[in-house]
Amino acid sequence: MKFAVIVFPGSNCDQDAYYAATEVLGQTAELIWHKDSDLKGADVVILPGGFAHGDYLRTGAMARFSPVMREVKAFAEQGGPVLGICNGFQILLESGLLPGAMLRNRGLKYRCEHVHVRVEQTDTPFTRGAHAGQVLRIPIGHGEGNYYAPPDVLEKLEANRQVVLRYTTARGRLDDEANPNGSVHAIAGVCNERRNVVGMMPHPERACEPRLGSVDGLVILESIVKAFATA
Amino acid sequence: MRARVFVTLKPSVFDPQGRTIAEALHSLGYTRVEAVRQGKYFELDLATTEAGQAQALAAEVADRLLANPVIESYRIEIAES
Repeated sequence: MKFAVIVFPGSNCDQDAYYAATEVLGQTAELIWHKDSDLKGADVVILPGGFAHGDYLRTGAMARFSPVMREVKAFAEQGGPVLGICNGFQILLESGLLPGAMLRNRGLKYRCEHVHVRVEQTDTPFTRGAHAGQVLRIPIGHGEGNYYAPPDVLEKLEANRQVVLRYTTARGRLDDEANPNGSVHAIAGVCNERRNVVGMMPHPERACEPRLGSVDGLVILESIVKAFATA
Repeated sequence: MRARVFVTLKPSVFDPQGRTIAEALHSLGYTRVEAVRQGKYFELDLATTEAGQAQALAAEVADRLLANPVIESYRIEIAES
């Protein structure tokens, strides 16, 4: 299968995502510049981490107007799988492809560390290889990952089972201490109603080889390959 | 015309920066500062001399880009530039 990794000015995890797709998963991948208006026949789109357009104004706010986002939106509307990682998640929120918004971390600090997240839903293309309740140890690196949604939206998200990942302890228990940024309901990742678009703050591509200290991100990346193989 | 756009987090949204600024002021002895909400301020110079048009244009760009309606609200003031 073919991965499209979108490159915005200021993206800095694009090469990591490309490496994970090609070297770790053994798939083909193409880096797509944000001014392109062609996804080059990709089967899955990754919006990588970084600081797109300098994150000026708000994280992800400018990136939504990049020409390539029209294609990403059309791809998502056709049911194509889209994964936004960190800044990519922020871009999906600002684009309206996912509900909610990001606030400054509760403690105001940029948090760069391994955290534990619990897989809440396994019926998305990016989590179908995991089992419900599986705890993954994956790094985060962000200053604005404090997920927020208004109460009515939050209620709908929970009712529709759109919360895909939650920050927990290593044993999978909800604990305010295990929530690195103050996200409401400890939300680390969500999907859209159709479940083909997923955004997550932790970086699975930074946890896909033993030398990176964790291979727990692999289940996310391998899920999409499995989803494609059985589609 | 000039439009001044003030963007702030909605009252229902926690403002960690405002809270920290308030705490700093308290530690400086300004205990009568009860709360702080911080936000963003924009000055837009607009190629129109008509206040109604200026208001409409400023509101449009605030809705599309300057503010995120999920978490923020805005207020516009129109003045001669």
